[in-house]
This record gives sequence, structure tokens and C-alpha cells, in this order.
Amino acid sequence: MARLNINGHTHDLQVEPDTPLLWAIREHVGLTGTKYGCGVAQCGACSVHIDGAVVRSCSIRVGDVKETDKIVTIEGLSPDSSHRVQRAWAALDVPQCGYCQSGQIMAAAALLAKKPKPTDADIDEAMTNICRCGTYQRIRAAVHMAAGNTADAGGIAAPAGSTL
Amino acid sequence: MTNTIRKTSKISRRRFIVTSAAASGGLALGLRLPGIAPALAQNAEPTEVNAWVVIRPDETCVIRIARSEMGQGTLTGLAQLVAEELECDWNKVTTESITAGQNLARKRVWGEMGTGGSRGIRISQDYVRRGGAAARMMLLQAAANEWQVPVGELKVADGVITHAASNRSTTYGKVAPAAAKLEAPDPKGIKLKDPKDWKIAGKPLKRLDTADKLNGSKVYAIDVKLPGMLCAAIKDSSVFGGTVVSFDESKIANMPGVRRAVKVGDSAVAVVADTWWRAKSALEALPIVWDDAKNGARASAAIAEELRAGLSAPNNNGEWGNGDVAKALAAAAKTVDATYGTPFLAHATMEPMNCTARVSADRAEVWVATQNAEASLAALSEVSGVPLKDCEVFKHDLGGGFGRRGGTQDYTRQATEIAKQFPGVPIKLIWSREEDMAHDFYRPISQARMTAGLDADGNLVALHGRICGQSINATLNPSAIKGGKDNRQLQGLYEEPGDAQFGYTVPNLKLEYVMRNTHVPVGPWRGVNTNQNAVYLECFIDEVAHAAGKDPLAFRRALMSKHPKHLAVLDAVAEKGDWGKPLPQGVHRGIAQFMGYGSYSAAVAEVSVSPEGKLKVHRMVLALNCGHAVNPGQIAAQVEGSVAYGLTATLYGECTVKDGRMAELNFDTYQIMRLAEMPKVETVIVPSHDFWGGVGEPTICVVAPAVLNAIRAATGKPVRALPLKNVKLV
Repeated sequence: MARLNINGHTHDLQVEPDTPLLWAIREHVGLTGTKYGCGVAQCGACSVHIDGAVVRSCSIRVGDVKETDKIVTIEGLSPDSSHRVQRAWAALDVPQCGYCQSGQIMAAAALLAKKPKPTDADIDEAMTNICRCGTYQRIRAAVHMAAGNTADAGGIAAPAGSTL
Repeated sequence: MTNTIRKTSKISRRRFIVTSAAASGGLALGLRLPGIAPALAQNAEPTEVNAWVVIRPDETCVIRIARSEMGQGTLTGLAQLVAEELECDWNKVTTESITAGQNLARKRVWGEMGTGGSRGIRISQDYVRRGGAAARMMLLQAAANEWQVPVGELKVADGVITHAASNRSTTYGKVAPAAAKLEAPDPKGIKLKDPKDWKIAGKPLKRLDTADKLNGSKVYAIDVKLPGMLCAAIKDSSVFGGTVVSFDESKIANMPGVRRAVKVGDSAVAVVADTWWRAKSALEALPIVWDDAKNGARASAAIAEELRAGLSAPNNNGEWGNGDVAKALAAAAKTVDATYGTPFLAHATMEPMNCTARVSADRAEVWVATQNAEASLAALSEVSGVPLKDCEVFKHDLGGGFGRRGGTQDYTRQATEIAKQFPGVPIKLIWSREEDMAHDFYRPISQARMTAGLDADGNLVALHGRICGQSINATLNPSAIKGGKDNRQLQGLYEEPGDAQFGYTVPNLKLEYVMRNTHVPVGPWRGVNTNQNAVYLECFIDEVAHAAGKDPLAFRRALMSKHPKHLAVLDAVAEKGDWGKPLPQGVHRGIAQFMGYGSYSAAVAEVSVSPEGKLKVHRMVLALNCGHAVNPGQIAAQVEGSVAYGLTATLYGECTVKDGRMAELNFDTYQIMRLAEMPKVETVIVPSHDFWGGVGEPTICVVAPAVLNAIRAATGKPVRALPLKNVKLV
């Protein structure tokens, strides 16, 4: 049994306390935007926010999450994909297969909440999630775009007609 | 098409629209799950003009896509090609996937569904464009009939048909029902647009499939939920070729949510539970006795020795060449000799292998990420015993493919076999990452011995390349090996033009393949064979140029006059990559060119190596001639991605065999390059507009050799074995 606050809603779950938060979110709450990639906190596909900080939910046990912890998943980042990170991702056509992008977006949103004008070095340090399609260049550019950085955004021009 | 067939197909078409709308999910249905969504909730019925084009009364053009989308952008590119000929409003285009069952039922009207080898667009471009053009012609004819005017007097733009003489206009949405009743034009008689006149194709339009990747609403196969569904975790013998002796189900019987443990084939055990996490936890607690006797002692060192022996074995499994290499080498003023090697590699798609299957006595279905839905259908029918016509494959966009999810469909077979033991109950099988890494069809391991002869002026007079390693055909397609000859492993070194041609002219040349198979299953891998062979050829050419005292670009150019397309791409990358221009202190360049998957690629890499031996790749410029460039924006995305995929293999990629099994089972030991290491990538597309080449794979092969050649320039020492994590650079 666990009580979790996810995206502003309280969920009472019949779940063993050693269940990873990821699988509680996916299989007991039914929110599948948060992805399984490795189960060992390496890839970041399972990234969610707890009280505003990005965490890898595959490696946090439900029993270690407090009722008062505010969990936000990709589904709760904005009601209509209007978060500036989501808009920048759309403007630069960042996703390819898209599987890792929930985690990438959550990592970027947490970075910008902490550092509104990140440098390339900040992005290097914060954006450690794996993308096998190799969208890294556009991720960097999109983080700069979401931040409103006017400096060179990795040499990627937004496709015609795209604005933030 | 005759009227009789037309009538028959009309009935099936109507049914098709309902089932396909249900199956396609996506935009039209607010992302309902394929296969269980109710029939179309719209009041007005959409009209199928032909197999490729459905027009809704609200003017939405639904373009049907038969190929799989795994991030490579084929869906958007194919839609652009259809829309270009259709002359519809791009802003009103949406897409839907067809299913393998529908394709079968309609006598493969959509052609093949397989998506691999960078063929998604180049193989289907002709018939999808004809499909779009045929629909346009029928829509125009319907308007002409209604207005009683010659169709030649009509004009169409953005789905609006006009007749200037009578000042009338109508729309595709209005005339579609009448158009669908007309006889389709003979596709062969259709004149397609000159690509010079393209307005939609050839443009860097944004992808059509981005929105639901931004908010978690996209339903990948791993996200499938069906009523009454159970979940399965599986463990196949970690030693390839091993078998299950026994397992003790009583030890997990009381664990939460567990239903049963079942044997899957001879080599695997699955636990079925109400959630996947519970199934996986129980599987880990399940005692299983394995028989590893057959291959349990195999290890990487012995495999490497076998390959090395093959480099000097008397016989080969295929060769081509010209002149007399042995004689020319003996007479050469100088010879250069080097041996190279590349390891097994896993695909490591971000979405691990998974499949949901439901099997009853008279119906079998799977929900699956597949690069070949028809192979999935065949696997489903074969394992379930349900006839093909009663099987269906609901294809989900893939969370990465890279060649892993093609013809083998091992995970579909497993899910079907488990589901057979739970009649009527949907079973979602998910592989753990460890299972995914332990049971891949790996990129084949190989070594190469390269020998060159230079004359007194430093000209290349002889080249002998012998590649020894594992054969993909031996694992997946043995019938393709005829008389012991297997050409596939020489991809990129072919004499024949068109797909993967060797780009140099050497007076005395011999390129050969020696097959040495192991107990490890191998298969396609993004850019397979060209990746390894480009390392061997292009790093060696650099070493030979160095031995000749010549500039690597000039040395190559002198060998390429008979291969103008290879040369043009090399020249393009040299220019945009600033070859020969000054660099900051400590930064060095490397260059490479190669052909594969129907396209010509070249790269310039800029790297530095610190005094401690730490490598940094600063910038990579890649040039690609893929013939026609359907969406330059997406081509650039593929090139950028290919750098990440190729650099990961260069820096870290290695699956090592220990005790008969793979040693690297997760991303902690199988490192993937992260954003911080991504160089600045510049894509130079130089289409020659006279052929159709691939895009997803071709550029990967030049990534490693360009970087390795830059490292040689920086350190003076060649790197001959990958990955770099095992190499001390200084």
C-alpha cells in the first residue's frame, strides 16, 4: 500500500513497498509516458520530478516516497504541451523515435527551473540521459531556445514557420 | 482495374476503413489503443479514393503508410511524396498505418512492409507517388464529370479544384465520394512530376509525428493496455545454445500477482503475473537449472584467435579484383601491412524488446514494434497455429529499431508461445534491459588484414583486403550462401555500382571474405558491414597515404577519377570541412569516404587528444549524396543521429563473450555516448537528383574512420581495433 501525489492527484496504490516508483507509475497509476529503459538509473528514460528536482524513478522504491512528495510526470508537465521546453522541442523537431524524450524533457525542464540561462557546460552536466537515435545536438539547441538564449544554439535553425 | 474487382473491393474497402481507423489510433481517434478502439465516431464517412489516399469530408487527407516508423522520419517523407502528387493541402495531411492482415487481405496492395537497409523511401517512392497521382487524377475527373467539362481544363492546388472558364471551384472533400467510384488510371501510364517542380517533397518540412512524443501520450508497444491483460518476464539461456533443464515453480507460487511460470521453447522460462514488475521479481526468485554444456566455455579471446587464423587461411568465401596483387606487391617499392578488428555490438534500442499477444483457437493478434509487420504476422501464425487470414499485427511505432526488430521476430514468437498457454488472455511480454543485451542479433565480429604496395613515386599499385568474420546470412538466411560464397559481408567493397560500391581504382586489387562463424547470433545493425569495412579500408588508405608521404585527401582523389559520385561527395566534405585550412593548436583533422545503402558519404572530423590521452571530438562535417533529398531537415537529423550512433560504437561499443554468454548486460558496462560528448555536426546534402539512395544508415560508416584518422594525425599512431575505451591513445 502506498499513497502517492502524482500530477496533483492523490493515488492510493496496492503495491509492494520495494516496487520501483517507475513501475508504480506505469502499472498501478497507468501513466505510461514515463519509460523503462535500463532499471539501473543509467539512461534517464524514467525521469520524473519530485518536488521540482529530476530523479530517475526506476531506482526509487515506492516505500521511500513520502505522501507529501509532489511527483510530476511528463503528463503533468503542462496541460497542453505548452511548457517552454515542450514548445522548443516541437519547434526544432527534436524527437526521432521519441522513446527517451519524456525523460529528456523532464531533465531539461528541471535544469531550466534551477538555471534559467544555462551555459553549454550546464547543459552537458545536466542532460545525461541516453538517446540512441542521437538527438543530442537538437536537444542542446532546444534547451538554449527554451531558455531564450540568443547565443549560438548549436547551429540548428528552426524549420520554417516554427516559433516558440 | 475492372468493374467487377472494383465492386468487390468496394465492400472490403468499407470494412477496411472501419478496421483501419480502429487500428491506426493516433490523431483521428485521440490516441486510442490500436485494435480495441470503437469504430469511427464521426458522422460523415471518409472516402477511400485508392489504397493510399483517404479523404474526409472536412478535407483532411489521410495518407496510408505501409513502412514502419522508428524515428527515421520515413512516415513524413512518404507522406510528402504522396501529397506532392496528390496536390492536397499539406496542412490537412494526416497519416495512418496499415496492418499486415489488411495488406494480406487486399493482396498486398501496399507492397512490402519491411523497413530496413535504408529502403523505406527509396524502394517505395515510385508506387506511392503513383498512388498519389492516381488519386489526384480521379478527384479531378470526378469534378470534370460533375461540371461536364474536359478534365484538361481543370487546375488543382491545395486540394481545391478550379475551372477558370466557368469560374467554378470545388474541393477534394466534396468530390471524393464520386472519385472513388471511378476506374483507377493505369499506374504505369501516369507521368510523375519532375522533382525540380516539387513543392512539398524536397522541402525541410517538420515531422508529422512529433506532438504525442512531447507529452507522454504516444502509445509504444511497451505501453499497450488491454482488458484482462497479464504481463510476462522472460529469461532465455544466457549461454547461446543452452537449454532449460528444470525450474521450481513452487518457490514463487506465493509471490504477489504471480499466475504461472511457463517454459518457452527449449531455452527459456517466463513468469506471468498481473504486473510486469511482479513477473520480473518472481522470475529473479525462480530457481532454474540450465544446460550450458554446448557453448559454456566459449570466450572472446578464442573467437579472436579463430578470426586471426582466418586472415591467412588458404580458402575464401568470395572475392573480386583485377590485375595480379601478389605479383604487384612483390614488385612494389614499398609495402604497408595492417590488421584491424571490430567487436560484436548490441543494438540497445531504448525501448527493450516486447510484444503483446492474444491467442485463441480461431484468432491470434499481436501488438508489437516491428520493422517487418509481415514477418511478425508469419511468426504469429506459425507459432499460434492459427491461419494467416485469422491473424493480425497491430504495429506500433518503434522506440528504436536499428535492424533489431526486422525479420527475426524472436520476441513475437516468445509472446505468442506464452499467450498460447493462456487462451484468450492478452499477455504483454517485456524483456528486461539485461535480457535485451543478452539476446540480441549482434553486429557481426570481424577482422581485416590490409596490404598495399606503393611504387617509387608513392602511387598505390596494389591493394589486398581480406576480411574474416561472421556471416549474417549464416545466421539468418543460409540459402543466400551459394557454393560457399557469401558476398554480403563485403558491403561497401563491391565492384558493382548502385548500392555499396568500392570507390577507388587500383591496378592490382583483391578484396575477399573469409567466413568464420561463432555460436553468437548476428544480424543487421544500423549501417552494418559498411561500418566495419569502412574502418578497415579508410583507416588503411590513410596509413598508406601517410607511408607515401601524401595528403590523405589528395591521395584518395588520385584513385577516384572513375568514381565521380564518390569523388564529388569527398570534395564537398573537404570544402565544407575546411580541409587543409589552419586549425587551433592541438586540433587535428581526419577524412573518410565510403558508399553504402545506396548513397555516397564522406566525413571530416576535428579532434584533439590531451597529453593524458583524452579524446575530444570537436566538430564533424558530413556530406551525403542520397540522389533525391525528400526532406533535408530530416536527412540532417539522421546524419546527426548517425554521428551519435557511430561515435558510441567508436568510443565504447563492445560485447564480449565470457563463459559462452555476453558480459555486458546494461548501460553501466555497455556505455552509450551522452550529450556532453556530442560534437558539433554539420550536414552537407549534395543530391545529384539522378537516383534514389538511403538516408538512415549511409553516413554512420564514415564516422569512425574520420575520427580514427584524425586521432592518427594527432598522435602519429594508428588505431586499428575498436572500441577506443580499450586503447591508450598516448
